[in-house]
Amino acid sequence: MNVELLERIKNSPSYKELLEKRDKFTWGLAILMFFVYFAFILIIAFAPEIFAIKISGVITLGIPIGVGVIVFAFVITGIYVKKANSEFDKIIAQIEESVRE
Amino acid sequence: MEGINYEASIMFLIFVFATLGITYWSAKRTRTAKDFYTAGGGISGFQNGLAISGDYMSAASFLGISGLVYLKGYDGLIYSIGFLAGWPIITFLIAEKLRNLGKYTFVDVASYRLRQTPIRVVAATGSITVVIFYLIAQMVGAGKLIELLFGLPYELAVIVVGLLMILYVTFGGMLATTWVQIIKAILLLFGATFIAIAVLYAMDFSFHNLFEKAIEAKDGDESIMAPGALLSDPLNAISLGVALMFGTAGLPHILMRFFTVANAKEARKSVFYATGFIGYFYILTFIIGFGAIVLISQNPQYLDASGEMLGGSNLAAIHLADAVGGSLFLGFISAVAFATILAVVSGLTLAGASAISHDLYARVFKKDKVDELEEMKVSKIATISLGVVAMLLGIAFENQNIAFMVGLAFAVAASVNFPILFLSIYWKNLTTKGALFGGVAGLFLSLILVILSKTVWVDIFGFSEAVVGLDNPALISMSVAFLVIWFFSITDKSGDAKKERDAFEAQYIRSQTGIGV
Repeated sequence: MNVELLERIKNSPSYKELLEKRDKFTWGLAILMFFVYFAFILIIAFAPEIFAIKISGVITLGIPIGVGVIVFAFVITGIYVKKANSEFDKIIAQIEESVRE
Repeated sequence: MEGINYEASIMFLIFVFATLGITYWSAKRTRTAKDFYTAGGGISGFQNGLAISGDYMSAASFLGISGLVYLKGYDGLIYSIGFLAGWPIITFLIAEKLRNLGKYTFVDVASYRLRQTPIRVVAATGSITVVIFYLIAQMVGAGKLIELLFGLPYELAVIVVGLLMILYVTFGGMLATTWVQIIKAILLLFGATFIAIAVLYAMDFSFHNLFEKAIEAKDGDESIMAPGALLSDPLNAISLGVALMFGTAGLPHILMRFFTVANAKEARKSVFYATGFIGYFYILTFIIGFGAIVLISQNPQYLDASGEMLGGSNLAAIHLADAVGGSLFLGFISAVAFATILAVVSGLTLAGASAISHDLYARVFKKDKVDELEEMKVSKIATISLGVVAMLLGIAFENQNIAFMVGLAFAVAASVNFPILFLSIYWKNLTTKGALFGGVAGLFLSLILVILSKTVWVDIFGFSEAVVGLDNPALISMSVAFLVIWFFSITDKSGDAKKERDAFEAQYIRSQTGIGV
């Protein structure tokens, strides 16, 4: 990539918009996933009896929560993909548009 | 299960002929290095999602985790969740950036603005180490399984797997590997769905019934419904969690798959589909494990004289297939298990061979002065060599627990590949010196800690007590790797380091926008 093109992208308002919107969003989701997963692991490590609490017959709290973590991982991935397809890709297209001469 | 299992053998032969046909078809379409490493970049997001799941859902996942659920109940689910937890992180932080920056391997990205030789050497060494650990696990699983299901001797089984994988990869490259993985993913998802539905059908589609009967079968032991002894030590639990989450984001054969799609958008879609398939699959293995407790653990047909499962608990899913679907379905699942192993070892071998031919031979040894045909020739030689090494190690490690070996591969991936890759994408101040020292520290520390842990020190060397209490070293080895990278990067005041920092902005813009790819 040449220096001039680089400068043009860097100075394009769309590029700034992309960084602002996408970085906040993706890091937010990544941190959320990290917390959910390590909260799960830390409960297993330090307070496994919480997951042994029975909620319905023999079914323990740990089972819906465990399956819930799997479903959660899938759902937030889906949320990201939807947002990226509809919003971030458009901004990238705008950047490409604005720097093309 | 004495002698040769004809149903399984016939179905497996059909799979082998179909995949060899695909290999022949792929071979005619694999002319350039790009074709060989990335199937020409022409795989769609959905296809790649299936292929990623086919690459990731190994025999260790399918048989090992359902076997673990069979033995320990809930503890098996903890592993499943760990194996899935890394995927959203890959989606958000790695997949698109990787696609925007790299060509064939993740090492291309790691060395984008750093000095080629040291970074390629350390990252490729990390890759090859991961590949070999993972391959051993797969080979051992393959040998055991095929010995039992098909009546072949262990050594012969390992050799058959090795030879088939060499054929796929050498002749068909990434295109054949991708299609083997796609077919296997579909077969495995279908087979596991069938078993899970059959289990639920037998329980009148009631999870209460399933869990109640499982507790009954365990003589009223309710501990299978909650986290138990497997991860009773907090540090071990956290360390395993770290290894699984961040190791996934450092597996070379998985990272390589993002170069097979056309652009960042398809890369992102691939991970979404993969996360869905893999998550769904792990929920199935949980049902399958509990189903096996109910339907297998008290059925003398599947137990030996001492009441242990025939062939060990790793065969829980296989016996369950027989119990719910009869011998024809047993044959199908056995063939699927065999296919699963082949698909995973092919992906691993291709990733290992690329690290050798692309990263080490073409970029380091020949300093980029190499034509494509020569590079491809080297990658084929590397494939064959890795295949032979895998067969020999598979035979040597016959009696190791396969789930643990995969854990070791994840630890190295989390302690070498992941820190270097992650920081090279996101941290401006990363320098060659930092990445090199940190990578080496992560690699040696994870290997040494593994050797001193119970799995090797006690179980293999026969010492009475482990030197290190941690079964999985990732918590220590990954943290130290990050720390060493940080320290040697910020203290690096050389001219090269300044150039590397100055080159970050251009790399960052390209990683964000894909412009200039």
